[in-house]
Amino acid sequence: MAFIELKNVSYKYPYTKEFALQNLSCSFEKGKFYGIIGENGGGKTTLCNLIRGLIPHFYLGKLTGECLIEGKDIRDWDTAELSSKIGYVFQNPFTQISGIKSTVFEEVAIGLENLGVPKDEMIERVINVCEQLDIGHLIKNNPNELSGGQRQRVAFASIIAMDTETLVIDEPTSQLDPEGTENVFKIINTLKHSNKTIILVEHKIDLIAEFCDEILVMEDGTVAFAGPTHEVLTKRELLQHEASIPEVAKFGLAMEDAGKHLSSIPVTMDEAYRLVKERKGR
Amino acid sequence: MIEIKNASFKYPNGFTALENINLTIKEGEKVAIVGQNGAGKTTCVKMMNGLNRPFEGDVIVDGVNTKDVTVATIARKVGYVFQNPDEQIFNSTARKEIEFMPRYYKLSEEEVKQRVDYAVEICDIARYMDTNPYEIPYPIRKFVAIAAVIASRPKYIILDEPTAGQDLHGTQVLGAMVDKLTKDGITVITITHDMEFAVRNFERVIAMAHKNIICDGTAQDVFWNEDVIADAKIKKPAMGELAKRLGLDGKILFCDELVKRL
Repeated sequence: MAFIELKNVSYKYPYTKEFALQNLSCSFEKGKFYGIIGENGGGKTTLCNLIRGLIPHFYLGKLTGECLIEGKDIRDWDTAELSSKIGYVFQNPFTQISGIKSTVFEEVAIGLENLGVPKDEMIERVINVCEQLDIGHLIKNNPNELSGGQRQRVAFASIIAMDTETLVIDEPTSQLDPEGTENVFKIINTLKHSNKTIILVEHKIDLIAEFCDEILVMEDGTVAFAGPTHEVLTKRELLQHEASIPEVAKFGLAMEDAGKHLSSIPVTMDEAYRLVKERKGR
Repeated sequence: MIEIKNASFKYPNGFTALENINLTIKEGEKVAIVGQNGAGKTTCVKMMNGLNRPFEGDVIVDGVNTKDVTVATIARKVGYVFQNPDEQIFNSTARKEIEFMPRYYKLSEEEVKQRVDYAVEICDIARYMDTNPYEIPYPIRKFVAIAAVIASRPKYIILDEPTAGQDLHGTQVLGAMVDKLTKDGITVITITHDMEFAVRNFERVIAMAHKNIICDGTAQDVFWNEDVIADAKIKKPAMGELAKRLGLDGKILFCDELVKRL
């Protein structure tokens, strides 16, 4: 059984006319790394809000269809209980950071505090996570005085610290430089290896291509394409949708257009290199 | 022309963010600033509109030293779009937000409309005009903040991380915006972590690291200099990286260049 399953879900935020999700069906299995891509306004964040139970528990509005987490309908979950199963990293770190804590250490510990984790364990977990995310040197700083990129890492750390089975992550790297971005992806990838389920909304398609097992392309509140990463990202039709494809895939398609076919369309740099070498050798 | 001369900047807590910066940006240029988080990019551009005053050295905008005038005076010339739109937006609809500066300048109704229409078209946000900015998705809200600055019609526009959170469409709108604004005589300076965006849309690229500028030139100068890439912790655009791995010379950065060479 899929860990999370959505069946014909439609949802409208309160006081709005248009549906944010329309007849959406998809499922997520345990231990896999999913990338969600697609145009802004296509429903990516709304889908995250639903999986995390913010819809319907915080955002009212009109929800139809079924959203099952471990077989139990989202309407029947207690949100506190759900929060210890599914961690959610918000899109905007400026929103996520509580603003009420005066040090990074306390900010990262906030979720653990609420869960009632013993003090020694809490300290150890916070310090480990801060080291992992390269904010160890900032633990005494005020989170409200950090740069955008640093704040984003603090917000991320506070969720990782909670060690939930599933992580829903909405654009964790939008404020980060390329190196910071790659580090975050590497951390997410190690989480995957500890058998966590990861649902990541991200525009950085080159990294999605490298790390994700499966991809969902969202458009107009529903899933336009879904499947294994390579299969989805090499679809030429994707170019006509408002989703980007990796630069190397565009390169593969451009080679085809120039009559210089590679034996398949690459989605990662390593693959592109291999395919060009192979073509030269032919 | 914006001139930064031997400028250093310290935050009130004593942290030195910039050390002896020298930089000249001429009218009509398209300039991208790249570099690691914490390199001083935002601190540097905030000196250009007077939000930050140099601790040592001078910043001169069209012959006026930013030390001698108020931020409001410089802001008429140099518009700055914050990294986080929520630090900037304060009106109840996108329209009010965008009309705010033209009305503050007491322009005629016709001029207000003209400026708002111009900004809204460039930012592609017509359908959100009567919406509360906080009900507009974050990436589109960033366009509301940009439109508000465009409508104030500065000579220089500084965009701080405009590509963060943008989808393909948003990035394309930004690319077209850079062209349109510079064509209309407005200088565009942007900070970005999106190397593909920098390469595609900007003629001049500045790499920052260690509280200073370490390279200032064309995209080829910056992205084919391995020392600069390592120091500024930036990334070679994908086509450049592939060309490098394949051992091709010619400082390739674009797909069509690479396809032609193979």
